[in-house]
Amino acid sequence: MSIEEIQQQIIEEFSVYEDWMDKYSYLIELGNDLKELDPKDKNDQNLIKGCQSRVWLVAEMNDGKIYFRGESDAVIVKGLVALLLRVVSGRTPKELVEADLHFIDDLGLKQHLSPTRSNGLLAMVKQIRLYGVAYSRIAD
Amino acid sequence: MNYDIQKIRSYFPVLQQKIHNHPLIYFDNAASAQKPVQVLKAEEQLHNHFYGNIHRAAHFMADKATGEFEAVRTKIQHFIHAELREEIIFTKGTTESVNLVANSFGEKYIQEGDEIIVSEMEHHSNIVPWQLVAGRKNATIVQLPFTDSGELQLDVLEKRINAKTKIIAVAHVSNVLGTINQVEKIIKLAHSKNIPVFIDGAQAVQHLPVDVQQLDADFYAFSAHKMYGPNGVGVLYGKRKWLDKMPPYQGGGEMISEVSFQKTTFNEIPYKFEAGTPNITSVIAYGAAIDLMDETGLQNIGRWEQNLLNYATSKLKEIPGMKIYGEAPEKSSVISFTIKNIHPYDVGMLIDKMGIAVRTGHHCADPVMQHFNVPGTIRISFGMYNTTEEIDLFMEALKKVLAML
Repeated sequence: MSIEEIQQQIIEEFSVYEDWMDKYSYLIELGNDLKELDPKDKNDQNLIKGCQSRVWLVAEMNDGKIYFRGESDAVIVKGLVALLLRVVSGRTPKELVEADLHFIDDLGLKQHLSPTRSNGLLAMVKQIRLYGVAYSRIAD
Repeated sequence: MNYDIQKIRSYFPVLQQKIHNHPLIYFDNAASAQKPVQVLKAEEQLHNHFYGNIHRAAHFMADKATGEFEAVRTKIQHFIHAELREEIIFTKGTTESVNLVANSFGEKYIQEGDEIIVSEMEHHSNIVPWQLVAGRKNATIVQLPFTDSGELQLDVLEKRINAKTKIIAVAHVSNVLGTINQVEKIIKLAHSKNIPVFIDGAQAVQHLPVDVQQLDADFYAFSAHKMYGPNGVGVLYGKRKWLDKMPPYQGGGEMISEVSFQKTTFNEIPYKFEAGTPNITSVIAYGAAIDLMDETGLQNIGRWEQNLLNYATSKLKEIPGMKIYGEAPEKSSVISFTIKNIHPYDVGMLIDKMGIAVRTGHHCADPVMQHFNVPGTIRISFGMYNTTEEIDLFMEALKKVLAML
């Protein structure tokens, strides 16, 4: 499935939730289900420091694809991290550079990407792109 | 108690609106307070009738604006019981007031090897300006610690004061713990060793009557926007004996007496410290906020808020896993808490969906978070317009949130 197709799939999954409480309950469930990072990966190098919550992001290149793992100390952010990982992990650098990540906006969760929320998510999205750019240069 | 809460709430149109289909409950007053119609009207009146630059021109508009502006200085003087109106300096806010003293006092009085005592419970804005001046002067910041209940350790203060101590900087009320510090005792102790004291009053002046002469504070700073006044205005009170001796902070118009390229002589206080055109609109509108607090009575506001504090504290304590940070006997209407290991951001996000504004995070007081080893807390803080009914709704919402997490 392409990045776009997975985004559409997620949007469809969320469409069954009519009110915010159900939507957030699902997000919390996703957050709780996200596999925890190995404590040694939760180091300063992988840390994306937000003012409110912290996000860790680990990237590994394998067979021309970038595999991401991540976590946050806030469970709602963790849920969003889980969704992001589903979309971006296992992609080629080229796919990541060209990706239009719009699904968070479409889910009505855009506020979590606002700079004022400073939960580390916006910086995480930027970091994912940077990994894409960096690895595509290495590949060249 | 004769406290007409409905009348007070009617002054704040913002409270009538709905957020996410719920009536707004605003519990983030320690960050900034909402503005009453009186303040908005004062701004409008100024712009519709007598706006002009102050202290400069001979025309009617400038003259009238100057009169209104200076009248607010006198109002502030009376509000904090300063001896002289010249001791009231208008700044951009508490942060600028701290920077002014750190720079100007620091320039003249702090030398290499000197020490500045700063309390562990300070807001970053009462830490960083002192660190900057200490860095420039090769001076040292010495910490005044607090206990786990949130009280400053005055016995430690006594031991940390020495011949190198040049100034002590401490908050009147903590923005996280709510502690009303015993600043009078601190000042007495400091003065017995001839050390001046800077008090950050940003979380105090809107909740309790302050008498700078009785406290004998050397400097006292606060912001209009936390006192139902406009943004962008703050006050620095300083004793004349210090202000006269301190060099200017910024250069520009207004603060000079005579200028030539050979030599410039400076104006008298307060103008020496008010370079450039001040925030005329906001200072004049600030007067309306002071009037509202005077009419309502700070004693009455304080008593009303204490009731809210006690009510909310006892309700919160019924929740399993509740931890409240700051349980000093003398507290202002600020409650910081966490529940089990739930992240404050999650609570803040979900409760916002129910129209309730709380603050989550480190509250610009990292050392306080480090003291308790938490990434952040949830903070609720009350103002003159909050009610126990709002606390009940908040508790209901909080329980819903906890069921989700």
